[in-house]
Amino acid sequence: MKNNNLIKSLIIIGLTIIALIVMNKFLDSYLKRIVNLCAIYIILGLSMNLINGFTGLFTLGHAGFMAIGAYTVAILTMPVAMKEMNFYMKPMVPFLLNLKMLEIPFLPPAASEFLWFIFALLMGGLLAALCGFLIGAPVLKLTDDYLAIATLGFSEIIRIVFTNTQSITNGALGLKGIPPRNHLLWAWSFAILTIIFMYSLMSSSYGKALKSIREDEVAARSMGINLFKHKVLSFSIGSFFAGVGGGLLAVSIGTIDPALFKFSLTFNILLIVVLGGMGNIKGTAISAIIITVAMEALRFLDEPINIGPIHTNALPGLRMVVFSLILMIVIIFKKDNVFKSTLQKARGRYAKDR
Amino acid sequence: MSVSEFMQHLANGTSLGSLYALMAIGYTMVYGILRLINFAHGDIFMIGAYLTYYGIVYTSLPWWAVFILAPVLTGIMGLILEKLAYKPLRGSPRITVLISAIGASFLLQNLGTLVFGGRPKAFPIPKMLSGTLKIGGVSIAVISIVIPIITIILLLTLTFIIQKTKTGMAMRALSKDFETASLMGININKVISTTFFLGSFLAAVGGIMWGIKYPQLVPLMGVVPGLKCFIAAVIGGIGNITGAVIGGFILGLGEILIIAFLPTLTGYRDAFAFVLLIIILLVKPTGLMGERQAEKV
Repeated sequence: MKNNNLIKSLIIIGLTIIALIVMNKFLDSYLKRIVNLCAIYIILGLSMNLINGFTGLFTLGHAGFMAIGAYTVAILTMPVAMKEMNFYMKPMVPFLLNLKMLEIPFLPPAASEFLWFIFALLMGGLLAALCGFLIGAPVLKLTDDYLAIATLGFSEIIRIVFTNTQSITNGALGLKGIPPRNHLLWAWSFAILTIIFMYSLMSSSYGKALKSIREDEVAARSMGINLFKHKVLSFSIGSFFAGVGGGLLAVSIGTIDPALFKFSLTFNILLIVVLGGMGNIKGTAISAIIITVAMEALRFLDEPINIGPIHTNALPGLRMVVFSLILMIVIIFKKDNVFKSTLQKARGRYAKDR
Repeated sequence: MSVSEFMQHLANGTSLGSLYALMAIGYTMVYGILRLINFAHGDIFMIGAYLTYYGIVYTSLPWWAVFILAPVLTGIMGLILEKLAYKPLRGSPRITVLISAIGASFLLQNLGTLVFGGRPKAFPIPKMLSGTLKIGGVSIAVISIVIPIITIILLLTLTFIIQKTKTGMAMRALSKDFETASLMGININKVISTTFFLGSFLAAVGGIMWGIKYPQLVPLMGVVPGLKCFIAAVIGGIGNITGAVIGGFILGLGEILIIAFLPTLTGYRDAFAFVLLIIILLVKPTGLMGERQAEKV
């Protein structure tokens, strides 16, 4: 049975890779960007789902961790000349300015570029994870909505700091000309790795501990689970993937500035997680693709509409009205089922959740 | 810094603090009863300001009538919001309701962009409230004096409603113990509606005065003040009205005075509130005036 599943997943992965290679060849750059965004949102959705869905900690700080990852990757991969061009208002800190790719001897330049990019992404993720650890250690003793607002606060602080540290991040001007990595396999191989990682994490003893914390903290503690350690672990891993996702976003769109990492970015990820089902890996991946495609496909809503007798002026905002309505309708109709696992459903009315 | 400069900053900080206090009350009342962060409160504030704008510019009503009518309409909108977004979820886990609140907030912001347009609008300021006063060499904007006075009047009225009327008593009972109170024959829906009406009314008054103080309206104007006022409510001890007022003043005065004394930190102005929030949550999570609640197992 297990073998069967393995073969099935290998076939799916293989087919996806072939499809990606074909798409990479034939799609134009706009469509390629959307396909890339799908992969990035899969990573982000899964990382939020790990914290919110599996561990039951409600955080709203994803945009901040993404910003850390994105800026790290940008600063590590941009050539020195490009950085000098960007920092015309105030020169960059010399140490960061002179950071550039290490040429590995005996390897062709393309290979060391390849390795350097992976290194940069990992650094972005690790820095985000470090921040997640430092932030998580004090705030994770808060619960529910307090935790949500504290993490939202941290993500805003990160954004404000990035806006003001002109000699490190170029402030509000942002960074332009990040070397692009548009090949679809980049983002998608990380997305596939993330999916595999989440599945194996969730079937490990750590994953089971995380789920038990979500179900009932007191019971989990009395079974000998170190609540604090597991919460911080889940938060740091989630931040790591948020950082990687941010880094991939940076190389996919090529330009970043602090305004990109506002709360509305976290809102998109939250929408994906809620729609896909809290604590559901497959659901998150599918809803990430649906939401990303829908976000682009519904762009016509913001523009003037001319369908037969119906003519309207441009309606900016209508697209996001639709998405906020989707979120509210889903949450109102699913009600308790959004968070409850089978165990809690079985306990039914006796599960007191106030 | 000269004395007159300091006095100006003080007046500025006091009026900003009053605005924060007005909005923080809305958060704290709703949280006290429903244990819900009403994320959309900042957007209700925005709608209050816009309704006033349309009332003054597009109707022939005198400005003071609009200043009364717009908060009432906004209050009714707050009441409708509760019926649509929160009432169906009563009794659901808190996070579920919070997500609905976040959705409602985004909905109002984008409806605002759709209906009011994304371009900034100039708030029409009545002649009586513009201009500056000179008191002993210190020139202070008239509005900086009017705002605290109106705030105090509204606070006294609110205190009267909560302490002396039957609905107020029901509100206090519900925030002490929701279930027991509802068994005592209190009409929960009516009390919650009243709470939302009062909170939204105060937010709209805050929005009007915000519009006079910073006369530029955009559909996203409520986001940052909304978050800050929630922080003010947490600092004061959420669920506690006096605490919310104190928190509002601490935040408003702190924000202005820190910049006044340390101008290099100007860019970090918005971060001040969040840093304060995190310190408070770590040191005294119940806030300055909140009561500690035992965790029930």
